[in-house]
Amino acid sequence: MLNLHALFHINRAEQEMDDELRFHLEKQIEQNVARGMNAEDARNAALRQFGNLGQLKEECRDAWGVRMIEELLQDLRYGLRQLRRNPGFTLIAVLTLALGIGANTAIFSVVNGVLLNPLPYPQPDRLVALYSHTQEFSNASISYPNFQDWVRLNRSFSGLASYRQDNFTLTDTGEPERVSAEMISASFFSVLGVKPAMGRTFTPQEDQLGAGPVVILSGGFWKRKFGSDPDILGKAITLDSLPYTVVGVLPANFYYSGNNFDLSDVYVPIGQWADPTFRDRRVAMGMDAVGRLKTGVTIQQANADMSALAGSLAEEYPDANKGKGVTLVPLKQNVVGDIQPYLLVLLAAVGFVLLIACVNVANLMLARSTNRSREFAIRIALGAGRRRVVRQLLTESVLLAFVGGAFGLLIATWGLQAALKVLPEALPRAGDIHLDGRVLLFTLAASLLTGILFGLAPAVKTSSARIQETLKEGGRGASAAHHRTQTFFVVAEVGLALVLLAGAGLMVRSLAALWGVNPGFDPHHVLFFRSSSPPLKSTEAIRASWRETHDRLAAIPGVEAVSLSLSSRPLGGDSDVPFWVEGRPKPATTSEMKFSLFYVVQPDYLKVMRIPLERGRFLTSADTERSPFVTVIDHRFAQLYFPGEDPIGKRVNFSILNVTAEIVGVVGHIKQWGLDENAGSPILAQCYFAVAQTPEMFVPLVGLNLPIVMRTQGSPLAQAGSIRRALHQVNSLSVIYDMETMDNIISDSLSSRRFSMILMGVFAVLALVMASVGIYGVISYVTSQRTHEIGIRMALGAERSGILKLVIGRGLKLALIGVAIGIAGALALTRFLASLLYGVKPTDPPTFIAVSLILIAVALVACYVPARRAAKVDPLVALRYE
Amino acid sequence: MGKSIDLLQGTLDLLILKTLALEPMHGWGIAQRIQQVSQDVLQVQQGSLYPALYRLEQQGWIEAEWGASENNRRAKYYCLTSRGRKQLERETSNWARLSAAISQVLETAS
Repeated sequence: MLNLHALFHINRAEQEMDDELRFHLEKQIEQNVARGMNAEDARNAALRQFGNLGQLKEECRDAWGVRMIEELLQDLRYGLRQLRRNPGFTLIAVLTLALGIGANTAIFSVVNGVLLNPLPYPQPDRLVALYSHTQEFSNASISYPNFQDWVRLNRSFSGLASYRQDNFTLTDTGEPERVSAEMISASFFSVLGVKPAMGRTFTPQEDQLGAGPVVILSGGFWKRKFGSDPDILGKAITLDSLPYTVVGVLPANFYYSGNNFDLSDVYVPIGQWADPTFRDRRVAMGMDAVGRLKTGVTIQQANADMSALAGSLAEEYPDANKGKGVTLVPLKQNVVGDIQPYLLVLLAAVGFVLLIACVNVANLMLARSTNRSREFAIRIALGAGRRRVVRQLLTESVLLAFVGGAFGLLIATWGLQAALKVLPEALPRAGDIHLDGRVLLFTLAASLLTGILFGLAPAVKTSSARIQETLKEGGRGASAAHHRTQTFFVVAEVGLALVLLAGAGLMVRSLAALWGVNPGFDPHHVLFFRSSSPPLKSTEAIRASWRETHDRLAAIPGVEAVSLSLSSRPLGGDSDVPFWVEGRPKPATTSEMKFSLFYVVQPDYLKVMRIPLERGRFLTSADTERSPFVTVIDHRFAQLYFPGEDPIGKRVNFSILNVTAEIVGVVGHIKQWGLDENAGSPILAQCYFAVAQTPEMFVPLVGLNLPIVMRTQGSPLAQAGSIRRALHQVNSLSVIYDMETMDNIISDSLSSRRFSMILMGVFAVLALVMASVGIYGVISYVTSQRTHEIGIRMALGAERSGILKLVIGRGLKLALIGVAIGIAGALALTRFLASLLYGVKPTDPPTFIAVSLILIAVALVACYVPARRAAKVDPLVALRYE
Repeated sequence: MGKSIDLLQGTLDLLILKTLALEPMHGWGIAQRIQQVSQDVLQVQQGSLYPALYRLEQQGWIEAEWGASENNRRAKYYCLTSRGRKQLERETSNWARLSAAISQVLETAS
């Protein structure tokens, strides 16, 4: 057996060896003295006799280790020979293990890349995402004046930076092009700890109203658009007709992720943004913030500090800030928060798959080791220690596991590549997923553990079989203890498979339920895209351009209806506005008002989206900047704020927009927050304004960056060319981007669910296949062991159908016990899925019944084959069978 | 001292096992005993004795335990295990067969 003692206590063993040799030396000296030598001569003679002490010790050490390694090599050679001799067994076992370990490696590398690896900044755990906390949202965007006060008054952060998304039209550099932009605080990159690859970041002076326009380019944009021009610094590029001086270029691998952050082409100072609404404390313009905690400050302390600060700001500016707080979220949680529960569930699921794989291989090995029990009994009888036999078997199983693990690694690599290609948008940090040292270590550990796990039971069972009985049984070895273990394994396998099937079934039902949800509009044949043109000076010209854009697009053959879609967009961005109903008590402050989502659209919007008109009228072309301001509300708005009343004719005050609008109609509710929107979603009330009635002060803000929705007769994307031509007639510098069908937007909104459902499904099918192979293997094995008995039964007159029933009944019994245990397990475990489910309870009876039936059906099929074989047995042959 | 003979490895193992079959003993004692019983013909060198002891211990044929020596010094005592006893029997009969065979060959040849 392995001399663990010598391995782990090598120092002690060395010490003991020294002691022993010294004892010998002293005895020799004593003897020499007794023979009459003087002390010095006696010592020298003794030492001479000892010869080279170092070499002696080395030989002793060899005697410790050599045997261990020799035996290991021997076991390995023997194991390899065994595996080669049973190619069928080896193939099935390796395949099972490869699938189990491969699936685990793949999911673990996702978990590793997304959840475990730190974000790519210095001291990333000091970074915190900041949001405004309002009645409706815990992570609302922040108003710029509030943010400036946070920067000035906080005591917890060494730096705070804000950011919001924007877009520019790039001209004078080849074809006009839409470039994505991020407005950022001057300190943004220094807070993250990111240094530009070239040039510098912004100075605080540049982060001010009226400062000269400056820009930092992303590494990718610099390469794509400027051929990595090393002399780009100091040059000017034209964005929205303004010259911006390039001051820096970012490293190509720069990464950041947030609600209001996209990796952009260009970065500009946020403080230069001149929009008046931006500096209105009551309004948040889609701006979030990130901060770096000072050394020694915990997030709890920072939370307390910021709450106190928010409190004093609420006192100072009650109208804007009453009831508003600050939310701090560790940056990593902010990036991966949504996906975490899915990944953990998948990790657990895939662990189950590996467990089933283990049980399966253990069963195979058990069946095989029973056939080999004679071999081992003889070896034990000849003096091989039981431990030696266990070790032999374990070496074989670990060898098998490592071979399986190696193939599993291949499967994981391919599987990951395929999965990431198909489902890239489902995962944050997808770029961080690869096989690194930790993943390899995981695979190694998983293989080793797997090998021991599935090898131990058969090994112990085999070595503890009673030798005499085994030898007497003549190698049939059909001992009851063996059957019990195998039976137990089959039951366990079925149970585990049922848990996985139930989980997958619930997720499939959730997704099916979501697909069946009516989003409140008809997404088929609807196209969404954005058009952008350099800004025009006069508001008159801008309004005219809006009208012309609509008219030109509507004139395209095959286009049924078209509308601009500003502000909120279903399943897209959301804009909300506080309001109060005239004639009711006016809330003292804006923050005490109710909020509604608002959609700024053109009259054909209802036709595009096919939203039903419930009462009154929708917006018409008669609603212009010169006619009285009107609004149309949705069903929920009416339900929430005009219960039992007719809302038509009521007047609603939208103080932030400086308008009071008369309600002229009620339309159906749309699922703004996604198909899984429910009563707990933040803001449910919705209202519509006419594009043409946009208040004068907001016209420049909207400008000519126009989101558009369009209903077409044929395939929406086929219209791309005609849309481009039509818009070029409005403005030759216009660019079109973000083109997507509404169907696609809906399907993308379910991508995380689909991603995890597909994987759960794959795992469940794997589990099902493994479990059925397990049942098949055991039933055919047990049946073949009982051939003799079956022969006797048939010789005594048993019917073939009776034998068939006997064998199937046995398998069915195991399956039923497994199903019962599995149901109990699933009932206990599926509640952890609750947050990922929609429209089904974690204990959904139809799902449980369905998966149980599937499993029982598969078990029946798996038993049928060996049962038929048994029933066809010729009694004469069976009786002779040994 | 008379003429001494170097021992083959397998033979030394056999002698050690045989010596330990009488009573547990430390390395020094084993060497002395072999030398005495063979009347100084067989000299056991430390360089072969200790590796052989460790090897036998690894095989599980002998076990070691620390105890007090004659004049109360700490010494490592080896004793035979039951497997070692069987091994001794096997090797003894092997040896008997081998030496008989060799004698046979030598006598016939002369």
